[in-house]
Amino acid sequence: MSRTLALGARRIGYEIRAYFRQGDAVFFGFLFPIVMLTIFAVAFSEAEFGRDADGNVVSAAVFYLPAMLAAGVLLSGLQNMALDIATEKSDGTLKRLAGSPLPVISYFMGKIGQVLVSGILQAILLLVIAAVAFGVDLPDSPERWLTFVWVFLLGIATSAILGIGLSGIPRSGKSASAVIIPIVLVLQFISGVYLQFSMLPDWLQNVASVFPLKWMAQGMRSAFLPDELKVLEQGETWNLPGIAIVLAIWLIVGLVLARLSFRWIRKDS
Amino acid sequence: MTQHTGHAVSVRGLRKQYGSFAAVDGVDFEIVRGETFALLGPNGAGKSTTIEILEGYRDRTSGEVSVLGVDPQKGGLAWKARLGIVLQDSGESGNVTVREQLSHFAALYPNPRGVEETIAAVGLEAKAGTLIRRLSGGQRRRVDVALGMIGRPELLFLDEPTTGFDPQARRQFWSVIRSLKDDGTTILLTTHYLDEAAQLSDRVGIIAGGTLLDIGTVDQIGGADARVPVVRWLEHGVLHEERTTEPGRLTHELVARLGEPEGLEVIRPSLEDVYLQLVGSHEVLA
Ligand SMILES: Nc1ncnc2c1ncn2[C@@H]1O[C@H](COP(=O)(O)OP(=O)(O)OP(=O)(O)O)[C@@H](O)[C@H]1O
Ligand SMILES: [Mg+2]
Repeated sequence: MSRTLALGARRIGYEIRAYFRQGDAVFFGFLFPIVMLTIFAVAFSEAEFGRDADGNVVSAAVFYLPAMLAAGVLLSGLQNMALDIATEKSDGTLKRLAGSPLPVISYFMGKIGQVLVSGILQAILLLVIAAVAFGVDLPDSPERWLTFVWVFLLGIATSAILGIGLSGIPRSGKSASAVIIPIVLVLQFISGVYLQFSMLPDWLQNVASVFPLKWMAQGMRSAFLPDELKVLEQGETWNLPGIAIVLAIWLIVGLVLARLSFRWIRKDS
Repeated sequence: MTQHTGHAVSVRGLRKQYGSFAAVDGVDFEIVRGETFALLGPNGAGKSTTIEILEGYRDRTSGEVSVLGVDPQKGGLAWKARLGIVLQDSGESGNVTVREQLSHFAALYPNPRGVEETIAAVGLEAKAGTLIRRLSGGQRRRVDVALGMIGRPELLFLDEPTTGFDPQARRQFWSVIRSLKDDGTTILLTTHYLDEAAQLSDRVGIIAGGTLLDIGTVDQIGGADARVPVVRWLEHGVLHEERTTEPGRLTHELVARLGEPEGLEVIRPSLEDVYLQLVGSHEVLA
């Protein structure tokens, strides 16, 4: 077991190094939410997304910061993981590893470590840009930061594990983005990332509630938006226990899926 | 401990079926520990299929296989640590440097070879700090070979390892293989370069259409008949050719009859000639 952990730690360093050297993935997975936050903040700079207790206007940057944090978790976790593994499956990386004495667990430690590090850097960058460039007041209460931290960690773990499960669906590395990106995109549209969740019809809100992204976005809103805005949520509550439960269920579903579906290589393909 | 202590690899009645097509159709051979064995055959003969079954990548349809005393379909991490694998094609994106990749893989094995030493063995010293994706095709192939040997394997699989090597790199590779052999490494090699097989192997097996046509040492394969030398000469501008077990006597007669014969050649069939003959007659029969 200690060998598995030691090799896992080595994999993390190796994966992070390789990740930041591939330009395109860094853009789409890593910088995309930051670019989107900038676009929304600039495009809707005159718009008003509600008011806090003191009557201050909730700006586009404030409103979209939690949405982009949630999107970042999904992109860094699920999309990045699913595309990465599907590509490695088809380009021979996994075949080489399968012939080496690397434990599967160490391989996944490396992947999850890389997702975690890039996800944390992405979140920090989003927060800094929101605060510095768009004057967003970041929360000052420790409870809100605590909410952010657990929603982030549970969200990224769930996304990453689901990404492993989904990586087996595309038949080739080339088809991987055609399979994975639409899933991620549709989820973002129905889960209140690009469109205000409260504007969506009830039935669509209910559909979105089945999937984890809606809950991650809601958790992020609870951490960053004024409490007055919770009237816009389903049931007019942030529903933190609900968030924890749904994400935990998806985490378990993802673990089962990953355990059942992951193979180093498709034997006899 | 195992029943095949003397054998690194033992294959009996190996078959691999894809639908109704038999890619490997009843192959038997053994590789003694420390031996270098080459599997030769035309494209599609079943070489890679056989090797990948031995490596544990593919499951066989039937037959018995033992690799270092283990059934490859049940080989665990400890078994994999004793193997070195160079696949026919491996094309990772390569966002790490040569040195990073080798150090990383070295860490996976209990008793690895030195990283710098291995880089030098494949002649990539000047490229050690270069990202693998920036290497030329032949240089990447050398990284594959380096990765195959980094773990100090007991048994090394080389599936067309020198594809894309320049002649100098090929010779350097031969000397690397010889030194691995001196260390006692067992090697299973496939190649389309028959001179390479002749240089390196103790024994060769010739496979076509999924069946072994012949198996033996480099200078015995094909049988005595295939080894009969050919004498060629020009007589009044016409090329003559005669196969004889006594080329010296024939030459002597020619000299007596013609004086110094024009264009005289005594050709001992090379492995390549024997191979072409064997595979050619197989195709005629098929
Ligand atoms: N996954 C597969 N599905 C169906 N047929 C396959 C598969 N893999 C190999 N074959 C067939 O099995 C035969 C043997 O293939 P193999 O790759 O073993 O040949 P080879 O001797 O290594 O040839 P080469 O010298 O070209 O590398 C070929 O006819 C090939 O088409
Ligand atoms: Mg082959």
